[in-house]
Amino acid sequence: MSQADEARVDALVDELISEHPPQGTDNVEFWGAQYDKGLAWVWHPEGFGGLGLARKYQRRINSAIENAGGTTENRYLNLLGIAMGAGVLDAHATDEQKTRWLRPMFTTEEIWCQLFSEPGAGSDVAGLSSRAVRDGDEWVVNGQKVWTTLAHISKWGMVVTRTDAEAPKHHGLTYFIVDMEAEGVDVRPLYQITGEAEFNEVFFNDVRIPDANRIDAVGAGWRVALTTLMNERVAIGGNTVPRSSGQIGQALEVWKSSNSNDAVLRDQLLHLWAETEAARLTANRANEMASAGIPGPEGSTGKLAWANLNKEIAAFTVDMMGLEGTTYPDGYELTRPESFERHGPQKSFLRTRANSIEGGTSEIMLNILGERVLGLPGEPRVDKDLPWSEVPRG
Amino acid sequence: MAEAPTVSYAPTEELDLIRSTARQYLDDQFDSETVREFMMSDDGFDRSAWKELAGMGWLGLLVGEAHGGAGLSPTEMGVLMEEMGRSVMPGPFFASAVLATCLINEVAEDGEAADLLESLASGEIIGTVAAYETPRGWNLDDVATAATGDARVSGKKRYVLDAHMADLILVLADTGGGVGLYAVSPGDRGVTVEQVPALDPTRRIGKVRLDNVSARRIGSGDSTDAIERAIALGSALLANEQVGGCAAAMEMSVDYAKTRYQFGRPIGSYQSIKHRCANMLLKLEHAKSAAYHAVRVTDDEIEFSIAAPLAASVASEAYTWVAGENIQVHGGIGFTWEHDAHLYLKRAKASSLTLGSPQFQRHLLGEALEI
Ligand SMILES: Cc1cc2nc3c(=O)[nH]c(=O)nc-3n(C[C@H](O)[C@H](O)[C@H](O)COP(=O)(O)OP(=O)(O)OC[C@H]3O[C@@H](n4cnc5c(N)ncnc54)[C@H](O)[C@@H]3O)c2cc1C
Repeated sequence: MSQADEARVDALVDELISEHPPQGTDNVEFWGAQYDKGLAWVWHPEGFGGLGLARKYQRRINSAIENAGGTTENRYLNLLGIAMGAGVLDAHATDEQKTRWLRPMFTTEEIWCQLFSEPGAGSDVAGLSSRAVRDGDEWVVNGQKVWTTLAHISKWGMVVTRTDAEAPKHHGLTYFIVDMEAEGVDVRPLYQITGEAEFNEVFFNDVRIPDANRIDAVGAGWRVALTTLMNERVAIGGNTVPRSSGQIGQALEVWKSSNSNDAVLRDQLLHLWAETEAARLTANRANEMASAGIPGPEGSTGKLAWANLNKEIAAFTVDMMGLEGTTYPDGYELTRPESFERHGPQKSFLRTRANSIEGGTSEIMLNILGERVLGLPGEPRVDKDLPWSEVPRG
Repeated sequence: MAEAPTVSYAPTEELDLIRSTARQYLDDQFDSETVREFMMSDDGFDRSAWKELAGMGWLGLLVGEAHGGAGLSPTEMGVLMEEMGRSVMPGPFFASAVLATCLINEVAEDGEAADLLESLASGEIIGTVAAYETPRGWNLDDVATAATGDARVSGKKRYVLDAHMADLILVLADTGGGVGLYAVSPGDRGVTVEQVPALDPTRRIGKVRLDNVSARRIGSGDSTDAIERAIALGSALLANEQVGGCAAAMEMSVDYAKTRYQFGRPIGSYQSIKHRCANMLLKLEHAKSAAYHAVRVTDDEIEFSIAAPLAASVASEAYTWVAGENIQVHGGIGFTWEHDAHLYLKRAKASSLTLGSPQFQRHLLGEALEI
């Protein structure tokens, strides 16, 4: 069975590469052909970028494409769409919706963003207050979102809104896909401590969303939001990465170029290397278990581990650089990056501070580990069963 | 090993007065908006603000009365630095009124360089110190810039605080028989100064190139010990500045934890946040004790050789930790440019490396303790 699947996948990849040799083909065209052959998200049903096979084959496909000189960088260019939006559509959308959105998402012709957080609702995203009111075949949305990564280049946004203020908070939410070019959508840059604006504030003033863009049922928004968040955390923490890459890779480069033989720094570096390697092996183990259908606790620790390690390693790297660490080669010109690039150590020191905030804070991740994985009792909750309109907000 | 001396830390009326005057002036004149204007400007500070600091009498706090200063001690300067740390005060105050002034105080012999002290105290000139050349070259043995017998100085200095604004650059150079102190001005033939973008844009750094510059020697013979003592004074005072920044960052967290609601409750009611704030207090109090102790024992040579690196190590680590956790307590808003949390993080990190990393300070501590 599995051998037949492997052969089928390999044959399709060969076909893709010979019909569209990566070197001579425009990326968008190549990704389109990849989608059409069901090699985009191999676990999706046929016709929606997949073949209905196990997820594990995707890694095989990606490495074959990369070995042939193709690129899978659409995953970075359209990170929020490909890593999160696709999973949401796969699990909750109608066939029409999938047909409309999945292909241009994969080819990066349409960039996606995630409009969950609001000024008053971050960790407690289910407490959000952007309102959607039904008007015939449309919904009228008013409210403000914040920290919306890449909203400024996005065509589509995944947005959670409140459609019933009298229900307990989790039950009054509805999920839509909003056209970021629609009238009444106002995107403003928010600059970060690095001087860059990856994220934005987004204002909705009487924005009209067709009911056809609603994902799942009215009032089922929290369920869809959870799918989004699960995909996000897996995307952040569940990656299999090469040994000695990423933040620890940068630390190793700095160590080597410093020609230092300082025993203290060397030990600290190796301590961090060991912790990183243990986290990396954990991600590998979790991936293997997940593709075999046996999810265990090892799958929930990744995001937390990478957040801690990235921050610690980046701070240590600046320390290793000594006085050079007090320079900031890029300067603080306020700019807008268009994708996620690799930073120098000083900028990494600043950027990694967000790793324990974005995609769910480390405190929330620890609560999830404690309560969902270990089964410890929850903290007292005052808001859970109250009508949303009666929850204290300070 | 020397017994630790007993010292009184209780604030005197005079110290309280310095603190309240400084707090009021800085809250007024260096509110966050003003700090940010300087932070985004080319020079990071300006001469008219400098004159005002002179008018407050702050530039000459450590300069003797005979030279137009206030002749006060590091204890008083510590209070002022602490208050400045709270405001993330921009500009060359630390470079000029602390480092350059301490160097001349320690190295100059009988009335020598009185003219420089007078001009520093009056605010007529801005001074700085060109000490380091390599990224981890905090040890004076690493000084490679060379001076000839007729005081001609050549070398490349880096990470010089506020070099681009300085009128007086005090260069540490190898005399062949120990390190000596040499005064140059940026206009002198053979001097080039270049600003380098700084991690902490409220305190600038630059490169100073010296090409056979005809300099003015201050002091004579081997000045290594005096220079080390001046830098230790700088470290002790910088630790007091770090205490101020650390306190301000902690207060931001505590205020926010009381007013920010999630899940229907203030986030400070969650132990994760509450305990973190309590740990901030613990670290702050330790940093305070070490920093206050250091500026009070400067006349006790042995104790000061312990107290200065102790303060630098403890306060640097407390401040960088608290400033980082302050961002975490604030969540997304703490990661934005518009929020002040990053000013503290950048100052904390940069200042922890300016005169020697915590690891280097502990190396000094080990030497003092003969461990
Ligand atoms: C770089 C970056 C990119 C982002 N991109 C996006 C995006 O594209 N789309 C989007 O929707 N959002 C995005 N976010 C927002 C992110 O998801 C939120 O910042 C995050 O969920 C935290 O919410 P908050 O900022 O409101 O902090 P708060 O929820 O107010 O948290 C403040 C502090 O309180 C703690 N806390 C809160 N509740 C508890 C509790 N019950 N127990 C213990 N501690 C608690 C938190 O851990 C934190 O330390 C981004 C954030 C960053 C920093």
